[in-house]
Amino acid sequence: MSALSWAVADCLTLVRRELLHMSRQPSLLAWGLGFPIVSVLLFVYVFGSAMDVGDGADYVAYAMPGMFAMTMAFGFTNTAMVMAVERDRGVLDRFRSMPMAPSAVVTGRGVADIAQATLDLVVMAVIALVIGWRSDGGFLATLHAFGLLVLLRFALTWVGVWLGLLVPSIEAAGNLFAVAFPLGMVSSVFTPPHLMPDWLGFLAMWNPVSSTAGAVRELFGNPAPAGDSWIEQNALLMAHVWPVLVTAVFLALALRRYRALSD
Amino acid sequence: MPVPSVSARRGASEHSVVAEGLTKRYGDRLAVDGLDLAVRRGTVLGLLGPNGAGKTTTVRMLATLTRPDGGRAEVGGHDVRREPALVRRRIGLAGQHPAVDEIVTARQNLVLFGRLFHLGRAAARARADELIAAFTLQEAADRQVKGFSGGMRRRLDLACSMILAPDVLFLDEPTTGLDPRGRGEVWDAVRGLTATGTTVILTTHYLEEADRLADRIAVIDHGRKITEDTPAGLKRAVGGARIEVVVADPSWLPAARRAVARVARGEGPDTDEEALRVHAAVDDEVAALTEVARTLQDEGTPVADIGLRRPTLDEAFLRLTAAGGAA
Ligand SMILES: Nc1ncnc2c1ncn2[C@@H]1O[C@H](COP(=O)(O)OP(=O)(O)OP(=O)(O)O)[C@@H](O)[C@H]1O
Ligand SMILES: [Mg+2]
Repeated sequence: MSALSWAVADCLTLVRRELLHMSRQPSLLAWGLGFPIVSVLLFVYVFGSAMDVGDGADYVAYAMPGMFAMTMAFGFTNTAMVMAVERDRGVLDRFRSMPMAPSAVVTGRGVADIAQATLDLVVMAVIALVIGWRSDGGFLATLHAFGLLVLLRFALTWVGVWLGLLVPSIEAAGNLFAVAFPLGMVSSVFTPPHLMPDWLGFLAMWNPVSSTAGAVRELFGNPAPAGDSWIEQNALLMAHVWPVLVTAVFLALALRRYRALSD
Repeated sequence: MPVPSVSARRGASEHSVVAEGLTKRYGDRLAVDGLDLAVRRGTVLGLLGPNGAGKTTTVRMLATLTRPDGGRAEVGGHDVRREPALVRRRIGLAGQHPAVDEIVTARQNLVLFGRLFHLGRAAARARADELIAAFTLQEAADRQVKGFSGGMRRRLDLACSMILAPDVLFLDEPTTGLDPRGRGEVWDAVRGLTATGTTVILTTHYLEEADRLADRIAVIDHGRKITEDTPAGLKRAVGGARIEVVVADPSWLPAARRAVARVARGEGPDTDEEALRVHAAVDDEVAALTEVARTLQDEGTPVADIGLRRPTLDEAFLRLTAAGGAA
C-alpha cells in the first residue's frame, strides 16, 4: 500500500477508536449536551417571553439556530481536552513511536469530531422538534444549514488540537471553557448584536459563530430580520468563508504544534 | 512490506543500539551531554541515575520521539534522525505511564494497536490472542482495562509495545508504582522477551531491578555516562567485598584488629567499638576469610561472627553519583 493509503487507513483506525470510546461512554455525550439543552430550555421558557428579537419574530425560531451554532462552537474544548489527555498519558508518544502515518493522529481527530458533531446535532434537533421548532427552509436548505454547522465544528477542531497541545496540563485544558464561553456568548446566538452596546455588538457581529447562526437562520427560513451591516447581510457567504480561514490558519498551527512535540 | 531483506542485511551487525555523542539541550541546560552507548543484540541495558539525570530524554531520542541536538544514534541499524520511519518498525516503547485505553477491553487495545502496526484484521486478532496468552491475561482479556491492577495494566502496556516483536524495546521505569508481585510479573515478561532475541533498554530507579534484569548497567548523571559495567563489575569497582569480624567482648578487639590487618587492603581495618566489630576491604575474598579465621582460632580468640559482606548496588550507585556530582 502507498503512503497515502496507509495515511487514510490509519486515520480510519483512529476514528474507529474514537467511536468505540464514544459508544463506551454514552454519559459523556449526555454531559456534553447538557449545557446546550439546559440553555435552550432556560432561554426559551424563562427568558423567551421577555425577549423581543424584532418584528414579532418567534424566539424559538431565533434561538434554536443560535443554540446549534453555539454547541458546535463549544465542541473544540472537548477536542482540546482529549488531545491534552492523550499527550500527558503518553498515548501520543506511543503513536509517534509506531510505524503509522504521522498525520493520522491529527486527521483522525478531525473526522472523529465530525462524527461527534453530527451526533450532537441529531440529538439537539430532536429536542428542538419536541419544543416546537420547525425548519421552514425546505429539505436542501435545511441540509445545507446542518452542513454549515458541522463545517464550523470541523474548523474549530484545529483550534482545539492546537490549544490542547499548547496548554501545559490537563487541568489547563479543562479551563479552556472560559475561553469558549465568550466566543459562544458574544455573538448573535441569543440576542441580535444591534441590541448590544456598540463595541460589544461589533465583536458579536464579526464572531464566526454569528455568521454561522445567521446563515442557518436564513436557510431555516427564519423571519427575524438580520441587521443591516455588511457582515450580517452576508452571513451565508461568511459562514463558508470563516471556517475555511480558521482551518487554514489553525490546521497549520496544529500541525506545527504536533511536530514540535519532538523538540 | 519488504522488511526481511533489510533486517537480514543489518542482521550481521553486533549492536542493535549505537549512540555517539548524543546531546539534547533544553534552554541553557544540557539534559543529555555527549552520551555514548553500544548495546549488544539480545542483551538488556539498564540506564540508572538520579532524577533529572537524562534517562527519559535518552530513551526518547533513541525512540525517535525527541530530536537530538547533537551526536547520532542508530537503532536497529537505522539512523534515528534520517530514517525515523524505519526505526519505528523495529522498536517498541513503554513509557512511564501505561498508554492503554482505559474504557475498552485488553483485547480491543491489542487489536487496535495491531491495526496501527499495519497488521490485517485477522492477523491483528491472532496476534492479540498470542500476546494475551504470553502475558497471562486470558481471564481479563475481555474486561475493561479500568478495573485492572497496576501489574495487569503494565503487562498489557508491555504487550501493546511488542505487537511486532520489536528488535529493540524501550522501557521507561517499567515497574514504578508496582507492588513486589506486579514487579515480578513485569520482570518475567521482560525475561521472556530477551530470550527471543529482543534487545531491551530500560530505565529504573530500582537497583534491584537493574541487578536482576540488566546484562550491563550504564550509570548516568547530569546527562553524562559516569560508568558502564556488568552489575557484578559495578559492585566490584566500588570496592570489593569486606571482611567482618564480631567479637564477644571488647577486650578481644585488639586481637581481632591484628588478625584482620594481615589481609586488609589499603588503610587497614576499621573498628566499630559499640558493635564489637572489625572490618576491612580485602582483595582475595576466600583466602582472606580462611586466613583470618585460622589466625583467630590459633590464638584462641572467641569470635561471635565472621564473614564477607559485598557492597549492594545501592551503595555503588550512591557512591558513583555522589562522585559524578562533585566532578
Ligand atoms: N520537555 C522538556 N523541556 C524542558 N526541560 C526538560 C524537558 N524534558 C526534560 N527536561 C529536563 O532535562 C533533564 C533530564 O530530564 P529526564 O526526564 O531525561 O530525566 P530522568 O533521568 O528521566 O529523570 P527521572 O528519573 O526523574 O525520570 C531534567 O533537568 C529535565 O528537567
Ligand atoms: Mg524519566
